Amino acid sequence: MNKMKLLAEWEYEPVKIQRGYAGRTLYVNVGDFSFKEKPVSEDMKEKFIGGRGFGLKLLWDAVKDTTKWNDPENELVISGGPLCGITQYPGSGKCYTVFISPLTEQTYDSNAGGHFGPLLKFSGWDALEIQGKADRDVIVFIDGDNNKVEIYESPFEDVNAFTVTEALHEYFAENEEDKRNISVVSTGKGAENSYWGCLNMSFYDLRRKAPRLKQAGRGGGGTVFRNKKLAAIVVRKRGIGPTSNNPADLSTLQKVGLKLHKEIRDLDDQQNKMRKVGTPHLNEIMNEYHLLPVHNYKFGQHPEADKIHSEVFGKLFTQGIPDGCWHGCSMACAKAVDGFELKTGPLKGKKVTVDGPEYETCAGLGSNIGIFDPEWIIEANFYADHYGIDTISSGTGFAFVCECYELGFLNKDITNGLELKFGSKDDLMELIHRIGRGDDEFARIVGLGVHRMKKIFAEKYGAPFEVMEKIGMEGQGIEVSEYVPKESVAQWGGYFLTLKGPQHDEAWLIFMDRINKQLPTFEDKAEALHYFPNFRLWFSLVGVCKLPWNDIEPADNVIKYKGIEAAKVPEHVQNYVDLFNAVTGKNITKEELIIQSEQVYNFQRVFQLRLGKGTRKDHYIPLRAIGPVFPDEWEARAEYYDNELKATGIDPEGLTTEEKIKKLQEYRLPQWEQLVDAVYKRRGWNKNGIPTIETLERLGIDYPEVVEVVKKHLKPEDEWEE
Amino acid sequence: MKWLATYPERCVGCESCMLTCSKTWFKEENKELSRIKVLQKDSGYEINVCNQCGICIDICPTLALNRDASGVVRCDENKCVGCLMCAGFCPTESMFIADQKDKPFKCIACGICSKECPSQALELMQD
Repeated sequence: MNKMKLLAEWEYEPVKIQRGYAGRTLYVNVGDFSFKEKPVSEDMKEKFIGGRGFGLKLLWDAVKDTTKWNDPENELVISGGPLCGITQYPGSGKCYTVFISPLTEQTYDSNAGGHFGPLLKFSGWDALEIQGKADRDVIVFIDGDNNKVEIYESPFEDVNAFTVTEALHEYFAENEEDKRNISVVSTGKGAENSYWGCLNMSFYDLRRKAPRLKQAGRGGGGTVFRNKKLAAIVVRKRGIGPTSNNPADLSTLQKVGLKLHKEIRDLDDQQNKMRKVGTPHLNEIMNEYHLLPVHNYKFGQHPEADKIHSEVFGKLFTQGIPDGCWHGCSMACAKAVDGFELKTGPLKGKKVTVDGPEYETCAGLGSNIGIFDPEWIIEANFYADHYGIDTISSGTGFAFVCECYELGFLNKDITNGLELKFGSKDDLMELIHRIGRGDDEFARIVGLGVHRMKKIFAEKYGAPFEVMEKIGMEGQGIEVSEYVPKESVAQWGGYFLTLKGPQHDEAWLIFMDRINKQLPTFEDKAEALHYFPNFRLWFSLVGVCKLPWNDIEPADNVIKYKGIEAAKVPEHVQNYVDLFNAVTGKNITKEELIIQSEQVYNFQRVFQLRLGKGTRKDHYIPLRAIGPVFPDEWEARAEYYDNELKATGIDPEGLTTEEKIKKLQEYRLPQWEQLVDAVYKRRGWNKNGIPTIETLERLGIDYPEVVEVVKKHLKPEDEWEE
Repeated sequence: MKWLATYPERCVGCESCMLTCSKTWFKEENKELSRIKVLQKDSGYEINVCNQCGICIDICPTLALNRDASGVVRCDENKCVGCLMCAGFCPTESMFIADQKDKPFKCIACGICSKECPSQALELMQD
């Protein structure tokens, strides 16, 4: 690669990390090439903790109430959090991206592994804020060794992820050995051509001698990235070690970390086999329990699902490599297929290493679109990453397109020659390439997401909007993340009473609710929809991964604890309390951990409100998420659904399937409303889903500008009756 | 391959191996810092020391663990990030940690302890 043209540079003072914090954040404006250092106050640490909390706080200060995703003042903020970068505990290299999403038009946050978060912090920054829009493609380089930030003109004609990442590891490293000290954030052309843009964050795989890509997949962060004309953000920091994060109490980190390493060593093979197959261990479990999305969530099972079971992927993944995406992750779920020869597209014939696929990719770009071919899924996964396209949103989006096609709402004239039925492997692969190339109008419409497709298909092609409203699996503008929620009332909330749309990072309650029947009342469900979203949000504040929390459990967890308590994995909750205190020197309890989350949960809810969303009407749910819509869905589980109807007091005898479906919907829709009420009450929100002033005061986030937003929307009729 | 053979039935629990080891490698007589551990059990003594099996080599994410020319598994301190995966996955739990140290440590088959042992419970072997 030729020497890149330097457009701007800025030097900064080095800083020593103190108990997990650099104590300042970095602001870079790629529009006017200005740079700033912003101090992190004690109040910011107390109320926003780090990671996603810092991202939201910085974004709040940066945007106006009217800011849209593609306005220059929208930002992409990346932040790790105080625990990010510790090496002793599995899953401690996560960072969070925060931005106004093109899909949801409100704040979104999406996390990624890889080395970017830790290297950013150890370069001296708790967060990176990128604002403005460049007039040409640029590369931002944070040189943590020489304490400067540089902006280069991008030399890349091909901005797709593998090309850019590989070249920049090479360019900024002095030699092969130095490549480990670099991490690159990139996306691709597909992010430019759709709202499904993901961000790829790299780490250099020392054994494979190749950069690996971990995705902040959801919400369209990659689309924001390309809208700013970012080709890449690069960080380089050498000399990372066990005390780079300068914890208050290293000994506790070591003891807690060692304990979990041993648990994983002893129990992973019996529990989830994360070290061998990663998250695809879920493929067969979801199929068994009717939770694997098949044909746009019509069904939860498929006879060919065994072709994509974890055993199949286990054979395709290279075994015996420590596949952690940050140092110390012995859970090692970052599986990869090596030497995979691409069969299509611009890199046809090239042998590549493909990250994943994860469960959600197997389901999205697999069962949900009627494809049960692991090689096809791997190829689709590769190109989605390469083009910078979220595999989850695109999976659910394509599934919607296929169903519309099969219903006759679309045809080859509309799709420009593609036959987009379920299972149309070649044509669906071509659709991915068309989004990657951006040269096809229909592919561009698809890439706008299900929410917009419904409107455009109706207006442009005369498709019936009311049917698409029932079957389009999206909420708040973003696609559902590959678990069938129909039969769990609690999971309706787990997906659709969320801060940012149906993503499984808030609550996954299906087994607890439906299989184990541990949440019998609406109050029980509401309690779970208070605790779990808040507990899981905490990972995003401190920079750790969710998986080592409950994808490995102590051997005696289900003996010592029962029901919901067992699902909380109390010993691992204590691990996090101990880790937080050991890093920061503070002394929080497990109850205070939840309050830390609640502060940010409610702040983000008010932020959505500020941007014109965040009320009850935004918590809508499609009918397919609460039950069957068409007769074939009912008839695939006729006995089960007949019994469901009987349990409501309705005799299915003599009813047509259409009548049965209608009756079940009439029963379940009021249940949804009851759930919404119960959850809002438990969260300290009014009937319209707005946090009350008392809630803001209780959490200490009653900042004048926050209270002002809430007050604008409070109405007496939305208050709960005593 | 060099490795340290142990004969726990001969051990008298004098701990001289541990003190010699820590003194040699950490310049401090402190059992916590020894790369060989002697534990008293009901039936006598148990000696825990690395057998140089090398399983940790493939566990290490940073390629810090390697065999040297003598077949001894050694840690490159410059590459080690103290993640402790090696310690967690060692089948004999012979990769040790101590409060004062940010990186794990293990026996490198120097044989000094075997010379100090008064009861011939330790022997440096060369296969």
